[in-house]
Amino acid sequence: MPVKGQLWILVDYNLCTDCRLCEIACSLKHENMIWPEASRIKVYEPYPGVPVPSLCVQCPDYPCVNSCPTKALRVNEATGGVTVDTGLCTLCGKCVEACPGRIPRIVKGVSHVLICDLCGGDPECVKACNMAGYNALRVVGKPASSVVKLYARPPGIIAEELRKKVLG
Amino acid sequence: MSPYGLTGRFLEVDLSSKSIRETRIPGYIYRMYIGGRGLATYILWRELGRKWHEIDPLGPENMLIIATGPLTGFYPGIKLAVSGKSPQSNGVIGSTVSSDVAFSLKAAGYDGIIIKGASQDPVYLYIEDEHVEIRDAGKLWGLKGSGLLEALRRELGSDEPSLYIGPAGENLVRTAAVMSRWFHAAGYGGYGAVMGSKKLKAIVVKGCGPLPRVADQGEYIKLWREVVERVSQRRIFRQWGTTAGLWETGYDTSSEPIMNWREEWHNNKDFSHLALESKHWVKNPWADWGCPLACMKVSKTVIEGKIYYTDGPDYEMGAYLGCNLGVFRVEEVIALSSMADELGLCGIQTGNTLGFALELYEKGYLTREDIGYELKWGDFNSLKRLLEDIAYRRGMGSILAEGAYRAALKIAGLKNLDPGELLRYTVQVKGVGVGAHGIRSGKDYPQPIAYAGSVQGGDHTSVAGLPVDNDSSEAWSVFLDSGVVCMFTAVDDSTMIKYLNTVTGWNITREEFYGEIAPRVLSLQRILLLLGGPDATWDPRIHDDNPPRFYEPLPSGPYKGARVDPSDVRSKLAEYYKGLGWDEYGIPTEETLRRLKLYDAVEVARELRERIEG
Repeated sequence: MPVKGQLWILVDYNLCTDCRLCEIACSLKHENMIWPEASRIKVYEPYPGVPVPSLCVQCPDYPCVNSCPTKALRVNEATGGVTVDTGLCTLCGKCVEACPGRIPRIVKGVSHVLICDLCGGDPECVKACNMAGYNALRVVGKPASSVVKLYARPPGIIAEELRKKVLG
Repeated sequence: MSPYGLTGRFLEVDLSSKSIRETRIPGYIYRMYIGGRGLATYILWRELGRKWHEIDPLGPENMLIIATGPLTGFYPGIKLAVSGKSPQSNGVIGSTVSSDVAFSLKAAGYDGIIIKGASQDPVYLYIEDEHVEIRDAGKLWGLKGSGLLEALRRELGSDEPSLYIGPAGENLVRTAAVMSRWFHAAGYGGYGAVMGSKKLKAIVVKGCGPLPRVADQGEYIKLWREVVERVSQRRIFRQWGTTAGLWETGYDTSSEPIMNWREEWHNNKDFSHLALESKHWVKNPWADWGCPLACMKVSKTVIEGKIYYTDGPDYEMGAYLGCNLGVFRVEEVIALSSMADELGLCGIQTGNTLGFALELYEKGYLTREDIGYELKWGDFNSLKRLLEDIAYRRGMGSILAEGAYRAALKIAGLKNLDPGELLRYTVQVKGVGVGAHGIRSGKDYPQPIAYAGSVQGGDHTSVAGLPVDNDSSEAWSVFLDSGVVCMFTAVDDSTMIKYLNTVTGWNITREEFYGEIAPRVLSLQRILLLLGGPDATWDPRIHDDNPPRFYEPLPSGPYKGARVDPSDVRSKLAEYYKGLGWDEYGIPTEETLRRLKLYDAVEVARELRERIEG
């Protein structure tokens, strides 16, 4: 169900099953192939039962966009998502360094950085997660609060915290 | 050009000469054998068939085959086939495991790996796309499952999909599994021991590329969505997984192994998924790669200050490391299952052997002097010790490490007993312990010939059944294990075959699959099984049969008194063999072999018949 205005993908770690349907759906949408390595959303699971979906959270101050020396990154004002001009991106990695969660990805075989663009407002990862009935991902209106930025953390750190809770 | 959905390439690694090369499999071979189990059977037949009887499954001549199939990664619910000459059956078993290695291999550009020879020193195989290395595993050898995964993470700097063995595989325990992702096992077949015999501790696969192209992308996406939607409706299965069987397979269908199968019914409400769900599941549901079902759970318990984690335990682990040993406290079942994971033991085969040992002890065939301590049904502490003694081959554990069939022969030899006197307490078929689904009540899915007629012995995921040409026969396991896909996310066979054609561009009909492809794979498996050797060779007149226990009446429950009728087994086996084009011994006839284009098997089949007719 599309929301009005800018959107956000709400992640519930407790509900994530580590099934990776999100990665499959993302790569099918963006690359027209099943190519998890090139997915804009990645799930990490360093401990059994502790999966951590990781994707761009659209920080209100967009440090990645501001760090880009070639202006390859832009904000889509309608959705709030970050878009990559594939012709301008030089894979310099400045956006990865600027991201508090080091979430943008540079991978083998793709000539530009990978950042979630919210699929222009109707994210495929969320649809796949909902279709399977897991609902670990939900589309919501973007929260006005700066809390959004708190979610931009490296997945390894999140996993360490979750491990204590889930596995004790 | 490689066929759609496949890379067309296998990695071939010789650990004796430390050489690595790529091998191309022609498209028509995939079309004849599909992939996974079917293709592994073809490769084993082609490479080792002539000298099969002489090949020691734990010697360097044996091959370990890791194989995906055309549906791997494309069909929701991922599986990988592990095969080779089985140190349990001396035939070929397509042993499957849920593993992210399956998709990663394809993403690296390979449909599978053929591992030949044996290394002198411990090694592991590291694959990162086209870059393949045989690396030193001196520091990894000896590590248990989770310790190994941590060490690999430290060494590689990230978590990558892997297959590995625990101490049991290193010590050539015939019930050792090839493990993956902490708790996942390719258990049937004993391929953990094959991997150990090659001094291969782990296979790490980092595949960065996309999966291969499919034949019809538009139709494929449509089918993928349809299956995801259908399978995700299985909510009860998602909620409880196969763990529900702890209660249901006992109380409802009277087909659960209890105390070495002397009973198959119980009404112990604490031995159920509910007890696990409320107290022990810290993650539910939990899924494997691309799975819309998510039948797994992570469970946790603490016993005497020690924390144990495992998956589920799923039904097979729960039954075989629980009630089959007289253990009805779910905490202890979690702990035993966790230990099996860590040691790299197949919980089914090892639980089957432990049940046999407990019965021998109770009957006085094994004594405290033999074991070193007392054995009792349900005694957690002695079972923990025995599990470790098996994995490390200590004392009597070293004999039990051979699995119930071979252990019975060895113990009979030591005690100067007629082997039959001990074999009657083994619940196995052709060296493979029977999965935790009994046939006496007639209320569970396996038919009376399920195990007696299977080319994979006691494997409950590959059972013989009538009619031959539908999904109740072993033909359907050939589809799933060659696809390679999960039996729990599979849908009706028509849709599955359509799915296969959509990915590959083939035009396989139902008739061709059940009439040619499946019989081709089963016939080759059957011939290799009967060739057997070197330490055990099966005579179909003796060994195409159920364990003696299944002919004893059920002692309790609503189906009390039920047993398998031997004449029913004989007549149904004859019908099943006839349906597959096999003779009265279950040997494929010359006409059948020619029809299936297995011309080079005609002579071998003739020799087999001569051997039997003496």
